[in-house]
Amino acid sequence: MRISELQAVLEGNVVCGEQFLTKEVRWGFASDLMSDVLTLDTDQLVLITGLNNLQTIRTAEMADIECVVFVRNKKVLPPMIAIAKEHEMVLIECRFSLFGAVTRLHEAGLKPVY
Amino acid sequence: MKPGSSLFIDFEMKFKYEIEGGNFSKAGNASSAVKKILKQLNVPPSIIKKLVVALYEGEVNVVAHAWNGCIRVDIETDRIFVSIEDEGPGIPDIAQAMQEGFSTASQAVREMGFGAGMGLPNMKKNADVLDIRSDVGKGTVVEITTFLKKQE
Repeated sequence: MRISELQAVLEGNVVCGEQFLTKEVRWGFASDLMSDVLTLDTDQLVLITGLNNLQTIRTAEMADIECVVFVRNKKVLPPMIAIAKEHEMVLIECRFSLFGAVTRLHEAGLKPVY
Repeated sequence: MKPGSSLFIDFEMKFKYEIEGGNFSKAGNASSAVKKILKQLNVPPSIIKKLVVALYEGEVNVVAHAWNGCIRVDIETDRIFVSIEDEGPGIPDIAQAMQEGFSTASQAVREMGFGAGMGLPNMKKNADVLDIRSDVGKGTVVEITTFLKKQE
């Protein structure tokens, strides 16, 4: 699905990367543990997390993840936006719980990595 | 150079980065800088990803556990060699530290999304060669080698 569809499903707020909303994503991975995220070798992946710190963005950068969704109303902080912009990432905030967001995205066609 | 070309480096480059123990706001800066250089050198994305994931895990380990550290990156014609050297408490039992799930990380490190005992095993998975030496009470040296060409 396009990231724009993902945003609509989650009624999300795009914090940065509006120009990349037409990019396609196929796989979803939900975790607050960045070490688990770093074990993945999957392209076109969306990270869904409640962990809103700089290391979330650094992890996405190292793992070539182009879209990160922050659940539970977690707010993206300004230093996170600066790094995300540099690496052309889309950051989206949403009000749903991790479970709620994942359920909606799965129903919309996003697939689990494993 | 065309994307997908097999030979991309015909010279050697060396880089050095300092790491500040405990400063999570800077954790990943060195790995990010290395990734940028490798992209500019047209290194295949799959090789870059493996190397920077291993390097980033190592950088986070230094920030999480050591007092300070230094990353040296040697980019050669056929391999990338990374040395992550720190001054810190060291690792008393390296075999135990290599086991998935073993961790001595603080709560602060866990709140950053790390410290679940995944770092060293993931570094081993992503490095072509991983070598760890440690002196308890002094520090640790982790060496990562990534080959740019298939080994015979």
